[in-house]
Amino acid sequence: MKGQIHTAHRHDSALKHVTGQALYIDDIAEPPGTLHAALVLSPIASGRLKKLDLSAAASSPDVVAVFAASDIPGLNNIASPGKQEPLFAEDKVEHAGQPLAMVVAHSLDAARAAAERVKPDIEPTEAILDVQTALAKQAYVQAPSTILRGDPDAALKTAPHTLTAEFSVGGQEHFYLEGQIAFALPGEDGDLLVHSSTQHPTEVQHICAQVLGCEYNRVTTMVRRLGGGFGGKESNASWVAAAAALAAAKTGKPVKLRLPREIDIIATGKRHGFDYRYTVGFDDQGRVLALDAVLAADAGFSLDMTPGVVARALTHIDNAYWIPHVRAVGYSCRTNKQSNTAFRGFGGPQGVLVMEDAIDRIAHRLGRDANEVRALNFYGPAGDETPYGQKIEENHLPRCWAEVKQLGDWQRRRSEVDAFNKANPVLKRGLGLFPLKFGISFNLPHLNQAGALVHVYTDGSIRLNHGGTEMGQGLFIKVAQVVAEVFKVDIDRIRPSATSTAEVPNTSPTAASTGSDLNGWAAWDAANAIRQRMVAFAAEHFGVATDDIEFADGNVRIAKPGSNQVMSFGEMAKLCYMGRVPLSSTGYYKTPKIHWDGVAMRGHPFFYFSFGAAMAEVAVDTLTGESRVLRADLVQDCGASLNPAIDLGQIEGAFVQGQGWLTCEELWWDKQGRLRTIGPSTYKIPGSRDVPVVFNVKMLENAPSREATIFRSKAVGEPPLLLATAVWTALKDAIAAAGDHKQAVRLDAPATPERVLAAIETVRTAAQ
Amino acid sequence: MRMKNTPIRVIRMADHIRFVLNDQPVELDGLSPMTTLLDWLREHRGLRGTKEGCAEGDCGACTVVLERADGHREAMNSCIALLGQIDGQAVRTVEGLQGPGGAPHAVQAAMAESDATQCGFCTPGFVMSAYAFAAGGERADLDTIHDALAGNLCRCTGYRPIVAAMTRVAGLAVEPAPQLPTRTGSASFDDCFHAPRSLAELVALRARHSEALLLAGATDLGLLASRSRKPPAAVIHVAHVPELTAVSETDKQVTIGAAATYAQAMPALTSNYPGLKTYLARLGSRQIRTMGTLGGNIGTASPIGDMPPVLIALESRLKLTSTRGAREILLEDFFLDYRKTALVADEVIESITIPKLWQGEAFFCDKLSKRRDQDISTVAAGYRLRIKSGRIDDARIAFGGMAATPKRAIAVETALKKDGFAAAIAAVETEFKPIDDWRGSAAYRLQAAKNLLRRLELRVTSPGQAVEVEAL
Repeated sequence: MKGQIHTAHRHDSALKHVTGQALYIDDIAEPPGTLHAALVLSPIASGRLKKLDLSAAASSPDVVAVFAASDIPGLNNIASPGKQEPLFAEDKVEHAGQPLAMVVAHSLDAARAAAERVKPDIEPTEAILDVQTALAKQAYVQAPSTILRGDPDAALKTAPHTLTAEFSVGGQEHFYLEGQIAFALPGEDGDLLVHSSTQHPTEVQHICAQVLGCEYNRVTTMVRRLGGGFGGKESNASWVAAAAALAAAKTGKPVKLRLPREIDIIATGKRHGFDYRYTVGFDDQGRVLALDAVLAADAGFSLDMTPGVVARALTHIDNAYWIPHVRAVGYSCRTNKQSNTAFRGFGGPQGVLVMEDAIDRIAHRLGRDANEVRALNFYGPAGDETPYGQKIEENHLPRCWAEVKQLGDWQRRRSEVDAFNKANPVLKRGLGLFPLKFGISFNLPHLNQAGALVHVYTDGSIRLNHGGTEMGQGLFIKVAQVVAEVFKVDIDRIRPSATSTAEVPNTSPTAASTGSDLNGWAAWDAANAIRQRMVAFAAEHFGVATDDIEFADGNVRIAKPGSNQVMSFGEMAKLCYMGRVPLSSTGYYKTPKIHWDGVAMRGHPFFYFSFGAAMAEVAVDTLTGESRVLRADLVQDCGASLNPAIDLGQIEGAFVQGQGWLTCEELWWDKQGRLRTIGPSTYKIPGSRDVPVVFNVKMLENAPSREATIFRSKAVGEPPLLLATAVWTALKDAIAAAGDHKQAVRLDAPATPERVLAAIETVRTAAQ
Repeated sequence: MRMKNTPIRVIRMADHIRFVLNDQPVELDGLSPMTTLLDWLREHRGLRGTKEGCAEGDCGACTVVLERADGHREAMNSCIALLGQIDGQAVRTVEGLQGPGGAPHAVQAAMAESDATQCGFCTPGFVMSAYAFAAGGERADLDTIHDALAGNLCRCTGYRPIVAAMTRVAGLAVEPAPQLPTRTGSASFDDCFHAPRSLAELVALRARHSEALLLAGATDLGLLASRSRKPPAAVIHVAHVPELTAVSETDKQVTIGAAATYAQAMPALTSNYPGLKTYLARLGSRQIRTMGTLGGNIGTASPIGDMPPVLIALESRLKLTSTRGAREILLEDFFLDYRKTALVADEVIESITIPKLWQGEAFFCDKLSKRRDQDISTVAAGYRLRIKSGRIDDARIAFGGMAATPKRAIAVETALKKDGFAAAIAAVETEFKPIDDWRGSAAYRLQAAKNLLRRLELRVTSPGQAVEVEAL
């Protein structure tokens, strides 16, 4: 049987990808009369919009219509109900790149040229351009939130040692290769079909309807595939779609809005940058006794998904470690920048950095091996409840740790690297280890649900639809494997279809690594319902017990005493049809066990934890700050992987993306608050040469999920991104070597050559 | 194509842009020659396998392959290539790779079988880079593979499976040379895209059309059409002028035509100045080196162009030609101020002449950037040293990214010759006042430039020692 669960199976679109036949939204043939849209953006970061004269644009050649806030029939609001974020700025401009208006024309060039002719009259007001200023002014998009356990103040007072440190990490541009795009086609009676490159079709439907002032049932969102998402097409896709929908509804013509790369980067949110300050108390062995940490996230100008990101950062403050007394306060700083949003890891990567930094400093203070200190503090015998009150019921940390050290040959390479550093004044090598614990489920409990729709046709072919979107992560093939497993048919018999709000309603975003967990179970539920009906019918028809009906190898076997009748799955489907058995079913799943009090920051927010460990080796040039990742060894817990080929791709890709975030990817705003790294020529994501020269990836074996996940598999989208933290740790180790390990290292990320060189200069100066 | 009576005396052998696409002849009229190849493929031809990822020639999603008359296959970015440039060329897109009955090409099969696709948006571009690599019969060593992939970005896979696919296709495809449309004289499309075939025609056009921009490889100018959507009103395309594409050498010097592509110039450059081998591999990507030229890199006069600092250090001279004749100028004297050069309105850069290294002379160069491959320099440096019995006897040093122009470091050179490296390092601070930008702060640039001189000192004093992370 082809495509069984737990076996490697190629991405269902692979051949279409390589031949150029996979259709993205910009590739869909446009009906005649299709119009193209271009945005007018604010050139300044903060101000009062005094006048927005669109007449120059409106009278430009080939322009059909112009739209600003006042042209919106529904709400000028692209946030979920109860929150407010405008589609087009009204009186207030809050970041450079904020959409002010839109031009629609017969051609894309005409629309862009006309949009450039708009010169908004904006009176500048004082802008907040960094987290520290926002903190000083107490400018927040939401009230600070705190995770508290025990009495950290008292514990810090009595701790044998304490230390305080600060550092910061930058944001990250998603840089999906396919930019944001939506194509809206009007139908009858105000119906709209919106092709959107979105991770959240239901939100696109809702926001389009909200902006148009119509009921949800008028808008259908359709998503066959995304050219990458990474969280950037969760909330941001919605406003792009709403803008296209607005123009389509108003003009009665199909309208396409595709953001050119620099507009995409200027107008959409990114991963949150964070500033940190913490005090940690510890004993003589390096056992952490208390942590008091402040995490200040750069939210940008609006709320967007910052509450979730900050909550996840706080719920990952512990990472792999038992900390008896903790206070972690998360500030959501309002700045006049793009509104930061979901990005693979969703605050988790930012959260775990605190303890990794703290342990390096503790080890330095005590003159101990940092990695012994790490292991000493793992959850385990000492304690197994997270600071927010969730008990850790499955703990693969010791296993992952042992396996990664073996895979990476830790002992030998530690001494090799130390010997190299003694012999080389200019180049220094560094090693970093990182243990991972990552919580799986949406922090918002209600999002942890999914629906699916399965049809079995009378030839035995199967159509599969679910609420998850395919953005390259292989969700469609994994869910198809689940359905194939239920019916015991070849995966080729399953036809995954484009995600559509008309087929499966009220879906959750494909995010938080939950795509296959949620949709896999929902599809299983739908398929199983059909299978149950087929079994019941067959049992009655053949006069056997239901236990005598077996599905195997694309066939259905009727184990009737005396005769072993076998028919193909298709023949059975036909028989069921003739017997008037419904061969279509919806399916539904909601994640069990989870609950969360977002005010008290306590509960059981995660269905389970994913574990992992990484070891990285880097080299730095102490003259230029250039660095290179020489080797990475990863061990990742995928439970019983549904598809090891797909999961391997997720692990490797996530790691390199995380490496990019921590090393070469730098967002740079000028003093006026304009983002200047707005394309691949200025914003550098990793290239093929940046991948670790030696790159060993291993999935934790014989580790089926203890919880009832779909076929005991585990989520894989986000956790491995955090494994790249080992690169950051290794860089600090190499920098420390440049100062003969006399100083603990502060290394802000991204660790560009400039920051690495500055850190080297600092440790060398201090060491003298 | 609009036909107009104009005073321009260009021999019109054809009014159509003619080229070969996926083995099929194409003749275009009624379209602006400034249309990008990508727009034409997608919007006019309906070939939507080729993608726009950035419209600045940097992500590679739009990669197609240029099929040269000699059978060479070269990857190029279709987003910044203008149709006028494609006249007389043969191009292959991802749709043109499949065999009879739609069977995937071996390169396509290898990519699919290696699990080298996730979201798939970048994939057609990678496929085309892989095809050019495979057709070139190159070795499957990692360095070559990374070089072949440097112009393609993937955000999903982490590249490992793509590299694996590349090792499978190395040397795989031997493809016949295409039949190219021939053009025996100059062309002028739409009276705004002039493509002279001789130096005499070129300088005559230049004299007549001061408004026209000189177009060589379009790796910079093409951005006006692709990213800014404001193509230049008129261009003179210099790529078909034999004097400008010639590469020649004598025992004393190497002469590179201003419009020779990097790909064409690289053998002569790397064999005479081995230090340039890595440096040139880091200049843009293969896609960029297929189109880009030394003359373009110099003529655009960016303070962060990669070639000027090394060429200044090598004491290069430019030949500037007009209807009035030709003159020579030292490259260091060519750059007057930010984006201002000594080129006068009726002149073109004909060629760059670089003296060969004498016995006892050594040449080094460095480039600092955030990413190793395909990035623009934060600081670039070239050094030509004459070392006599362990002492620096003569030095020519130039930096890019340290001033409004690529600049020779005369005070640094003097200090180095007179008082050695410590003095030279101190002189950097007085001679250069770099700026802050997204590539690096002024402080970093200064510190890095000083430290590059320390690296240079190590290269001179302890030649065996590894001084770059790439050596590990």
